[in-house]
This record gives sequence, C-alpha cells and structure tokens, in this order.
Amino acid sequence: MNLATFWFILIAILFTGYFVLEGFDFGVGILLSLLSRDETDRRVMINTIGPVWDGNEVWLITAGGAMFAAFPLWYASLFSGFYLALLIILVALIVRGVCFEFRSKVDSVRWRANWDRAIFAGSVLPAVLWGVAFANIVRGVPLNAAHVYTGNLLTLLNWYGLLGGLVTLSLFTLHGAIFLSLRITGVLRDRARRTALGVALAAVPLAAAFLAATQVSHGRPATDVTAGLAAVALLGGVAAAFRGREGWAFAGTAATLALAVATLFGDLWPNVLPSSTSAAFSLTVSNASSAHYTLVVMSWVAVIFTPIVLGYQGWTYWVFRKRLTSSDIPAAKTPASSSTGLGGTQRPAGGQS
Amino acid sequence: MTVLELSRWQFGITTVYHFIFVPLTIGLSILVACMQTAWLVKKDPVYLRMTKFFGTIFLINFAVGVVTGIVEEFQFGMNWSAYSAFVGNVFGAPLAMEALLAFFLESTFIGLWIFGWNKLPPRLHLATIWIAAIGTNMSAYFILAANSWMQHPVGYRVNPVTHRTELTSIVALLTNSTVLAAWPHVILASFVIAGMVVIAVSAWHLARNSQTDVFRRAMRIGLAVTLAAGIATAVTGDIQARLMDSQQPMKMAAAEALYNTSAPASFSLFTIGSLSGGKELWSVRVPYLLSLIATLNPHGTVQGIDNVEHAYDKKYGPGSYKPVIPVTYWSFRLMIGFGMLATLLALIGLWLTRRRRIPRARWFYRAAIWGVALPYLATTSGWIFTEMGRQPWTVFGLMTTAQSVSPGVTASSVIISMTVFTLLYGALAAIAWWLTIRHVKVGAPAEAEPGAAEPLPVFSY
Ligand code: HDD
Ligand code: HEM
Ligand code: HEM
Repeated sequence: MNLATFWFILIAILFTGYFVLEGFDFGVGILLSLLSRDETDRRVMINTIGPVWDGNEVWLITAGGAMFAAFPLWYASLFSGFYLALLIILVALIVRGVCFEFRSKVDSVRWRANWDRAIFAGSVLPAVLWGVAFANIVRGVPLNAAHVYTGNLLTLLNWYGLLGGLVTLSLFTLHGAIFLSLRITGVLRDRARRTALGVALAAVPLAAAFLAATQVSHGRPATDVTAGLAAVALLGGVAAAFRGREGWAFAGTAATLALAVATLFGDLWPNVLPSSTSAAFSLTVSNASSAHYTLVVMSWVAVIFTPIVLGYQGWTYWVFRKRLTSSDIPAAKTPASSSTGLGGTQRPAGGQS
Repeated sequence: MTVLELSRWQFGITTVYHFIFVPLTIGLSILVACMQTAWLVKKDPVYLRMTKFFGTIFLINFAVGVVTGIVEEFQFGMNWSAYSAFVGNVFGAPLAMEALLAFFLESTFIGLWIFGWNKLPPRLHLATIWIAAIGTNMSAYFILAANSWMQHPVGYRVNPVTHRTELTSIVALLTNSTVLAAWPHVILASFVIAGMVVIAVSAWHLARNSQTDVFRRAMRIGLAVTLAAGIATAVTGDIQARLMDSQQPMKMAAAEALYNTSAPASFSLFTIGSLSGGKELWSVRVPYLLSLIATLNPHGTVQGIDNVEHAYDKKYGPGSYKPVIPVTYWSFRLMIGFGMLATLLALIGLWLTRRRRIPRARWFYRAAIWGVALPYLATTSGWIFTEMGRQPWTVFGLMTTAQSVSPGVTASSVIISMTVFTLLYGALAAIAWWLTIRHVKVGAPAEAEPGAAEPLPVFSY
C-alpha cells in the first residue's frame, strides 16, 4: 500500500469518527423537542452530549485539515465545488455550536424555545447535507479538465443524493435515540427507546435501498461485503434496541455508520472525486495527493498522535459514563436566584452525577 | 465587484471577526487557570469565585471563537481553491497538525473542565483547564506558522512539473524566524486584551463599590498583566519590524509611507498630506527612530517604496507591488498607538491601586471601562497591517492574491455567503455581547452557605 492510499484510509477513518460521534449529537439535537415533555427533559438530553460535542466536531476539522495536507487538489475542488452546500452546513454548525453555550445563560422560556428551534435546524440540515454530499462524491460530479466543478447547487440534488441525505438523516436520528436510551434513565429512556424503534422503520429500508443502489452501480466485491455487514449491523442494532440491550444497540448503529463509510470510500477508490464529464478529468488518489515528504511527515504525526487523542477522548466518555436522570437537574431557576447572587448564569448541581 | 474583490472582503471580514474572539480565549484561558491554581494553593474562596466569574466570560467568548474557526478552516478551499491547490503540500501540514495536536486537546479538555467540577478530584480538574489553555496556545503556534510561511516561505520547493509547492523541511517551516517572532507577539497581545477585559469588568464593580473583595484583587491582576504584556508586546514587535525589513522591505516602507530610500530615516507619528503622492503637508516626526526600529542603527538605511518597486519589477516582472499605502501606514500606527495607550492606562491604574487602595477617581473607572476597546483595535489593526501589507502577494514572492481565487466560484455565490456570514456574525456578536454584559452586571457568584451540597454553583448546560 502506498502512502497516498494510507492517507485515503486515514481520511475515511476521520470521517468515520466524525459520523459515529457527531452523528448522535445530531440525533440528540433533532429529537430534543420531539422527545422532551418539559425543560428538565431537555436539559437532561443536552447534558448527555454537553461535555463531548465540541471534541466530536474536531473530527471534522481534522478530516478537513488532513484533506488539505494530503490531497490538496481534492480539498480545493470539493470545497469550492460544493460551495453553497458547504455554506449551509457551516451556518448550521455555527448556530448549533453556540446554542449549547448560550441557551442556558438566560432563564426565560422564550429564549430557550428559540434556541431549541435553532438546535433542531442546526442538527437536521447537516444531517441531511452530509449524506447528499457523500452520495454525490461517490456518484461523480461534473469536473472539467482543470478539475474545476462546473455544476451548481441543484446538480447535487439528484435522486441518489437526496436518498443519501435521507439515509444519514434517519441513521443519525436512530443513532441519537439509541445513544439517549443508553445515557439516561427513567421514563425518558423508555421514550427514547420506543422512538428508536419507530425511526428504525424508516432508517432500515432507506439504508438498504441506498446501499443496494450504491453497490449496483459502483460496487466491487470487497464493498459488497462491507455493505452487507452494514445491513447486518443495522438489523442487529435495532433488534438489540427492541430487547432493551442499549449498549449492543449503540454498537450496532455505530458499526453501521463505520461500515457505510467504509463502503462509500471503498467504492470511491482509487478516485477521490470522480468526474461525470469524463473519466479522464477525475481526481484520483495519485493525481490529487501531496508529495512524498509531506505524506511521510504527516504519517508520523498521525501515527503518534491519533492514539493519544483516542485515549483522552475515550477517557472523557468514561468520566461521564453515568446515566443521567431528571433528578440530576435541579428545578428551573427562578428569577429570585439571580438576586441571591448565584449569577443567573450558573446554577447549582452539574448535569451529571 | 469581481469574485476576487468579493472573496478578499469575505476573507477579511470572517478572519478579523474570528480574531476578535481568539485573543481573549488565548489570554483568559491562562488567567483563569492561574486563578483556579491560586484557589487550590491558597484555599481562599475569593479565587474560586473569581475563577467561576471569569470562567463564564471565557466560555461565552470561547463558543464564538470555536464556531467562527470552522469557517476559517474551510474557506481556503471554498474561496481560494487555486491557492489551496498550489500550497496544500506545505500549508496544509501545519493546519492538520493544529487540528490533531491542539484543537482536540482544547475542545476535549474544555468539556471536561466545564462538566468536571465536583466530579474530578480537584487537582485533576485543575489540570484540565491547564491542558485546555496549553492546547489553545499551541493552536496559535501552528496557525501562525502557516501564516508566517505566507509572509516568508521557507522549507519548500516548487515542483517544476506540477508547478505546485512541496514541503522539503517541516523543521524549517516550524522554526521559521517569522513565526518565532510572531507567536510571542500575538500571545502577548492576547494577554493585553485579557488583562484589559479583567480591568474593565473590575472597574465596573469597583466604581459601584460592589463585591470589592473579588474585584480589588482581580483589578490588580488585570493591571499587572496588561502592563507587563504591553511592554513585552512592544519588545517583540520591534524584533518583528527588523525581520520584516529584511524579509518584506516593501511592507516596512509601506508602513512608513516612505517613498525614497533614506539614511537616517525618521519615524512619522502623524502625517497629513497625500500619502499616495508622497507629498507631505504636515507631520510630527521622530528623527532616526525608523532607522533604529528597522536596523538597530540610528543611521541605518531604510529602503523606500519606489526603490523596492523598481527592484521587484526587475525580479518578478513588470507590475505593481505596492500595497494600499494609507491602510498600511495608519494600521501600523494605530496598532502601536492603541496598544500603548492600554499599557499606559495599566501603569496609571497600578499607581492608583497601590497598597490596596481602591481609587475614588471616576475618570479612571470610565477610562478603564471604555479602554477595553483599545487592545482590540490594536490587534485588529495589527492583522490588517500584516495581511494587507503583504499584498499583492498571498505567498510572498510566489503567488499573488489574484492568482489565488477559486476559478469555479461565481460572484453570486460569494455575495450570498458574504451576506449570510456578515448577518449571522453580527447577530452572534450582539448576543455574545449582551450575555457578557448581563453576566458582568450580576457579578461573581456568592460564597456557598455552610452545609450546602455544592461548594459553589457549577457550570452545566
Ligand atoms: C493566533 C491565533 C489564531 C489565529 C491567527 C487563528 N486562530 Fe483559529 N482559533 C484559535 C487561534 C487562532 C484558538 C485560540 O485556538 C481558537 C479561538 C477560540 C477557540 O475556541 O480556539 C480557534 C478556533 C478555531 C477553530 C475551532 C477549533 C475547535 O473546534 O476547537 C478552527 C477550525 C480554527 N480556529 C481555524 C483557524 C484558521 C483556519 C485560521 C486562519 C485563518 C485561524 N483559525 C486563525
Ligand atoms: C494563519 C492565519 C492566517 C492565514 C493563513 C491567512 C491567510 C490569508 C489569505 C489567504 C488571504 C487572501 C486574501 C487576500 O489577500 O486578500 C488573507 C487576507 C486577509 N487576511 Fe489573513 N490569514 C490569517 C490570519 C489572519 C488573521 C488572524 C487576520 C485578522 C484578524 C487576517 C486578516 C486578513 C485580512 C484583513 C485580509 C484581507 C487583505 C486584503 O484583502 O487585502 N488574517 N489572509
Ligand atoms: C511598539 C509596539 C509595537 C511594534 C513595534 C509592533 C510591530 C509589529 C510588526 C512589525 C508587525 C508585523 C509583522 C509582519 O507583518 O511581519 C506586527 C503585527 C501585529 N501586531 Fe504589533 N507591534 C507593536 C505593538 C502591538 C500591540 C500593543 C498589539 C496588540 C495589543 C499588537 C498586535 C499585533 C498583531 C495582532 C499583529 C499581527 C500578527 C503578526 O503579524 O504577528 N502589536 N506588530
């Protein structure tokens, strides 16, 4: 295996980390208003992802940086080509990111309701658009001889891209519901589990249709296997959720996402961005990659530091492993608390413990 | 407007905006870590209250810094794809390293810090804020190494076949003399901002005689930090000026609107006249100072714009290699001027608060509160100077800004994104500002009553 292929795999791994981790963040954001009955429910739900969402998002930033360093032409053509789609994703991520920090800072029903809406929008849009983007990357987009994208936003909204968007939307929602059922106790947990089973009714056929369509037109034997395993993992995850085995259910949806990314990247290789105009204009692992020395340096950096990152991120999940319940969240602050000098911006008792 | 002009405006707006939040994150992360350390060492609850109070300001600011940073990371590919393709081999490396080595650290450990109160043992919890603060300062190093390479490219070659740059030495890139000078300058400037924010907030409370136990001490900390960092910023800036004189002589000349090579060269504090025509109507000048700054020799030669232009025409082919002179001239002065005013204010404040005094003079409080704008204006001017002084180059001597722009992106796309970012950023700024002011007015959390389950309110969402 040459270094460029190694980096192609590494970028696939970074996106796997991103979708597995931020996938449930999006799911929690989408379900926030649907699952909750009151403010305490919502705070329990937000606090399940509170300590980790920012670290999860860095997987995307690292994937972007890795594409820039290892495949500059891929980074350049893809991001300038998918300009408006990426703009919508960025706006959504901005809004969602500040929501978590700002929402709790003012004790007003309207203030929070507005941020809850923003969290929903900021989670739904990227959940759909990542699917649209990756489906189109696999399908190929119009690139000219200089590898410049010649389509527009509507080019991306073909049936296959939209199907991909529905798949990520439903999978992330399912993944988020299972994550919630794993991380909380009480009635909310049951509600999350039941919602997961409902969402699965949509996610399973959508994912099956998408994987089948992908394999029919782009498949190769190895990815037929990963696509099959993704379907098995999904069904297994749903079955485990049905039987109340939330840990296994979560492992199932996480494996589904990982195997789906493996399938898409496997189908893509040796291209990184196929041109639908002419195969000769496609960006490939070899013509888009960086020079040898850069790849060697970055490989050393990645080999040394990725395990360290995994170590401390894993530790974070360990620290916050205890299930949350509504009794962890004190009654909503009353205006009086600000006059006692508690700050109006801080409240007793953390989300956890 | 062309795609090029629009992209330049968009990049300028989004980056300057990002850097409004960045320096407070850099400086305050360390200050908050110091406050929490002081609490653990001295066991004095005042420091805990201080930690929580400034910690909240830090977190509000941090949130906006993070989300605006994501835009930065993707913008190079979106708006400057020709640039990205040309430099990715070299420039992408520090960016990827920044994400893997620094962003993961800061974002993960900030999460642990926010939610880890009363959950992690106190020392371990203290370690989380220190690790986050170190990650933040490391991220600044990597991004500045990337930026310094654009100012002064080292450790690369241009591949004759692909016509793209290729990295030849990562060590050279990370020990570029330009970043070795820029990193301390930017970090110290960030401490000026963090110090001034502490001063301004403390002044608001001291002027009202509220919570003097916390804010008298916070005031002293802010004053000392601002004074020390302000002086040190000037020292490192002087080093940068000398480097700039040898690496980018056009920028030095443009900083001074010095048209003809002079020895000795005087430094103009203020000039009225036509900067573009080189005709001076009235100015206040300090003789020898420019020579001294640029060369360490009062009689040293400083090259003039026209002379450098002539040399560049020969070297890079005919064209115009002048940045916009009024912008470079004024931004350089405003950076120094605003920064030094903040430092002066800190000096006065230290005198007024000597021996535990709480100043009575109202003018001082007013100056201290409004003075918070000074270092922000200074850092913004500093970046505008650095970046616009490099024009017409994106990578000095290798690639111009005009060559950098994305070939496939339409003007309407850039107009849409620029409008969206500007409106969204405006709203974010208004909300973050309003939340901060609200938080400042409420003040530091009270000490917990004995027997309470939690020693003090903790953060959560
Ligand atoms: C001198 C410092 C400095 C400079 C010049 C820049 N940044 Fe920045 N950036 C930081 C210092 C910083 C920081 C202090 O590390 C931030 C600010 C607030 C924060 O949370 O981290 C940050 C956040 C931040 C993030 C989010 C990180 C996260 O999720 O934790 C990204 C992706 C970037 N930045 C990327 C960039 C890019 C591509 C820049 C080039 C134009 C840039 N920044 C300029
Ligand atoms: C590592 C950090 C940075 C990098 C890599 C970088 C890169 C660039 C690039 C590629 C441009 C091209 C557009 C142009 O020249 O017009 C640019 C312009 C610009 N940058 Fe930076 N920049 C960095 C940091 C900053 C920061 C922190 C600021 C300010 C807060 C800033 C302010 C500007 C401004 C104002 C322009 C517009 C200049 C003009 O249009 O003439 N930059 N920079
Ligand atoms: C006597 C005082 C100062 C001098 C001589 C000085 C000098 C310089 C020089 C020469 C540069 C440009 C470097 C380059 O483009 O190669 C610069 C940039 C900058 N300055 Fe200053 N400076 C001074 C004070 C300050 C103060 C007080 C602040 C902020 C509080 C500040 C903030 C900045 C920033 C943010 C930059 C852009 C980043 C960089 O290029 O390093 N400076 N300064």
